[in-house]
Amino acid sequence: MLRFENVGMRYGIGPEILRDISFSLAPGSFHFLTGSSGAGKTTLLKLMYLALRPTRGLVHLFDKDISVTPREELPGLRRRVGVVFQDFRLIDHMTAVENVALPLRVNGSRHAEIDSHVRELLSWVGLGERLDARPSTLSGGQQQRVAIARAVINRPRLLLADEPTGNVDDRIAMRLMHLFEELNKAGTTIVIATHNSQLVEEFGHPILQLDDGELTVRHARKPSPA
Amino acid sequence: MKFGGRTDLPFERDQSTRFLPWIVALMVFLGALMFAGALVVSDTIDSWDSTLTGRMTVQIPHDAATDDAFGALTAMLNATPGVRDTRRVPDAEAQSLLVPWLGEEVVNSGLPIPALIDVEIAAGARIDPELLAARLSGAVPGTTVDDHRAWLSALINLGRTIEILAFVILGLIAAAAVVAVVFTTRSGLAVHAAIIELLHQMGAHDRYIAGQFQLQAMMLAARGGLAGALAAGVVLLVFAWVGQGIDAAFLPPVTLSAAEWLALLVVPLGAVAIAMLTARLTVLRALARMP
Repeated sequence: MLRFENVGMRYGIGPEILRDISFSLAPGSFHFLTGSSGAGKTTLLKLMYLALRPTRGLVHLFDKDISVTPREELPGLRRRVGVVFQDFRLIDHMTAVENVALPLRVNGSRHAEIDSHVRELLSWVGLGERLDARPSTLSGGQQQRVAIARAVINRPRLLLADEPTGNVDDRIAMRLMHLFEELNKAGTTIVIATHNSQLVEEFGHPILQLDDGELTVRHARKPSPA
Repeated sequence: MKFGGRTDLPFERDQSTRFLPWIVALMVFLGALMFAGALVVSDTIDSWDSTLTGRMTVQIPHDAATDDAFGALTAMLNATPGVRDTRRVPDAEAQSLLVPWLGEEVVNSGLPIPALIDVEIAAGARIDPELLAARLSGAVPGTTVDDHRAWLSALINLGRTIEILAFVILGLIAAAAVVAVVFTTRSGLAVHAAIIELLHQMGAHDRYIAGQFQLQAMMLAARGGLAGALAAGVVLLVFAWVGQGIDAAFLPPVTLSAAEWLALLVVPLGAVAIAMLTARLTVLRALARMP
């Protein structure tokens, strides 16, 4: 699904933000990406969703070596990756429906198909009553759910989320995590970058731990039975 | 690309696009006038060319212009290979040609005007005017031959120069339009960078994003082009109306045929095409730098 081999990343002539990153994600796996602020989590996610090219090393996504993949083939790969941004990145002049529909339109789907899928998904994330609301009129949690709906509308094979529970209360955070669990059970590979150690412990998925630009993979302690 | 009547990019909030229709309108206005001017000059040159090419005028000094002289010269001309027809220009007609320059009073005051023979030359035939003049003046001393070529070629050269100049200016106007669209598009790329990055991440092809800028450029240029073309049309109609009252002996008619009016539509349509193509290429070039 996704494989990094000795990946290094620096911006311009600055120091290396990421050093010798090597790991692989199996299809259908669920990982947390943790690390202190500035450890390079967002940069690593950007490399995963092909917003950046590594300065060294190899990235394989869906069995394609990105360094030799022609540029015109990259949009096809990006369409199979859903991203939930930390700051949501909802488009302000569009309604919730239009925001969620965007990946489908980019994909060239038909209008009727888009409309029914989007309404159904927004209802599933509990926003059936706010379909035509603009992002600025939605609460943080509602915006978060619109962002998640937009990330999964294309049925991505890989879902990356950057601090998806960072702006919501514990109750909504748990609800969102269960949503991710459901998507994972449906076969989507998931990576969630988070600071929330309680969440990491609670769900017990493997952890990609970034410390000062270096990555270690470890397993969380199994949650204790209730 | 559009959903609920909107593009993905909120161009209506982009201040830099507000002036593009005005710039395009001004350029289309100037371009249409320039193009119309070139067409009028071209028509005039063609008219002079077709009227005077293939003709010569034989001038007989006033004192030598007897019927015998006319008879001898006409016979010599008709016997010359390449001469298709000859016509003795009546005195009244010859005098009327001078009236616009000298005035009726001077012309009718007994001015010694040379007698004229209008010579029509067969298509494709070449007659050396100097040789012909030498032969004719042998029969009637002082007779000259004017093939109009000397002053006609100077006028045609002037006309062609004006025509070329008009098209060069038209090209410069098009180049200025390209620069204006490039700057507006670049500004749009900067203003909408966040949404473009988002679309890019979602897997939008460069042509999908470029198509939105292209559509926006088309709308703005069409609005400006229509306004500029209408304004130019009004000015040309005013010129044509004013031109009707001017003596046509001095000035070419400032009128356009129906086909030429249609040809003028090339200017606004060209402006729209230039704007669309420029916007598309500018965006594609900028996006090619993204990973």
